[in-house]
Amino acid sequence: MESPERRAAITGIGQSAVGRRLGRDPMDLTLDACLAAIADAGLERGDIDGLASYPGGWFGPRGFAGPSIPELQDALRLELSWYAGGPELPGQLGSVIEAVTAVACGLANHVLCYRTVWEATAQGKGGRAGIGLDGGGGGGGKSFRAGGSLQWTLPFGAASAANWIAMFAQRHFYEYGTTREQLGWIAVNARRNAAGNPNAVYRDPLSLDDYLSARLISTPFCLYDCDVPADGATAVIVSRAERARGGRRPPLRVEAVGSALRGRPSWDQFDDLTTMAMRDAGAMLWSRTDLRPADVDVAELYDGFSFLALAWLEALGFCKKGEGGPFVEGGRRIALDGELPLNTQGGQLSGGRLHGYGFLHEAAVQLWGEGGARQVPGTPRVAVAAAGGGPLAGCLLLARE
Amino acid sequence: MTKPFRVLPQVGAGNEHFWTGGAQGELRLLRCAACRHWIHPPAPICPRCLSRDVRPEAASGRARLATYTVNHQPWIPGFPPPYVIAIVELEEQPGLRLTTNVVDCAVPELRIGMPLRVVFEQHDDVWIPLFAPTAGG
Repeated sequence: MESPERRAAITGIGQSAVGRRLGRDPMDLTLDACLAAIADAGLERGDIDGLASYPGGWFGPRGFAGPSIPELQDALRLELSWYAGGPELPGQLGSVIEAVTAVACGLANHVLCYRTVWEATAQGKGGRAGIGLDGGGGGGGKSFRAGGSLQWTLPFGAASAANWIAMFAQRHFYEYGTTREQLGWIAVNARRNAAGNPNAVYRDPLSLDDYLSARLISTPFCLYDCDVPADGATAVIVSRAERARGGRRPPLRVEAVGSALRGRPSWDQFDDLTTMAMRDAGAMLWSRTDLRPADVDVAELYDGFSFLALAWLEALGFCKKGEGGPFVEGGRRIALDGELPLNTQGGQLSGGRLHGYGFLHEAAVQLWGEGGARQVPGTPRVAVAAAGGGPLAGCLLLARE
Repeated sequence: MTKPFRVLPQVGAGNEHFWTGGAQGELRLLRCAACRHWIHPPAPICPRCLSRDVRPEAASGRARLATYTVNHQPWIPGFPPPYVIAIVELEEQPGLRLTTNVVDCAVPELRIGMPLRVVFEQHDDVWIPLFAPTAGG
């Protein structure tokens, strides 16, 4: 099958320092990642003629967004043929999917895609804020009133994606017998892999007992089911296939993408409370390639909450619907040397909440064999990167040429 | 019962029926006058038959617990944990759901599928629909 996205390839990646409360300027972090990615692709600044980012520069609470497209274009004085930035996309990696479509259409040759977060610094010494309750949502305080979709959740104290996604997990437990111990293996596996990632936030060992005795956040989720806010920027270069060859490394062909949204775009109205938009994005991805789930050598699946990685495993057909719990149980199948290595950089649970882009970055690291202590054995050829939860979902299948 | 602080909704023409129906003890949702499909959250069109003739109507207030979470993290000053957040499915129509709180129910008694009924908690000009176990249910 020759889906048009095969005209696009990943040719370079870059990442800034990643950590808690780095206190660095978000533009500074962004430049570190972007300049590294341009050099990594063997390109010059003047080769970049496209720019894409999630969620643009003005969306969400403080720390959620980095520089806007115009700010970065101006800082680097880029001469662009195409650009796009914004939040209304198939998840965080939807911005990369946009870049894929742009190069596949010939609108640009090399698109610099970036995502910057500085949530740890923005949060300061305080705890994680509820969604809609701080700067980006319209104020907070006693006189604040919730508008838009937040009116359906905030009056009930459902102020965090932790609450919204916990309810999907609880329903999954109810329908399929999934357990906290099973979810725990996603967290334990992530921590195990983070030990091999010098850029990961949490690298100390975490046992299943540690997981099970951690304080509860929103049942069935405990602290270790929730990712860790971080500061950091990630960049990838998406190139037209015919411009991608001749670099120092093989290009990573975009074999297929999934960008579908077919159910209701909501955290509580989706038709099936045990999966989310990822169900349709995952199905779409496989409809656009002759490759099958068994061909995938490494899976980098969004784990803003542990359950999301489990739901992505099911949505992408690595196991049957409802069997994600047994699939991850024991942690061997998803280990670096298992049949489907999962979140090899530590995911967001231990690696830090780079918000989607970290998974695509890591897929490229693994396919290029540059994972060092966390490199999966053999010569991985096919990787999937997926991001998003609830109504947000986007995924890409990459194949090493 | 002392009422906690709650973040209240902005009330306007599009959602007033929902947030003030409790004054009459009614859980009001939009319903299509043509095909009788219930619509929530409100939109000025029926998603089933595309009729634009949609009007508020009182639902029974009876529901079943679709899923829940016990929140332990303090997110909102003045609204202390633990509390039960739930998605309930109203008996009127499959998939007709609300996010709400389950009240008057000890956590170990929570069962997905349990029958619930609406109760209202008034704050200023808003009646918040909460759900409690059906007596004898």
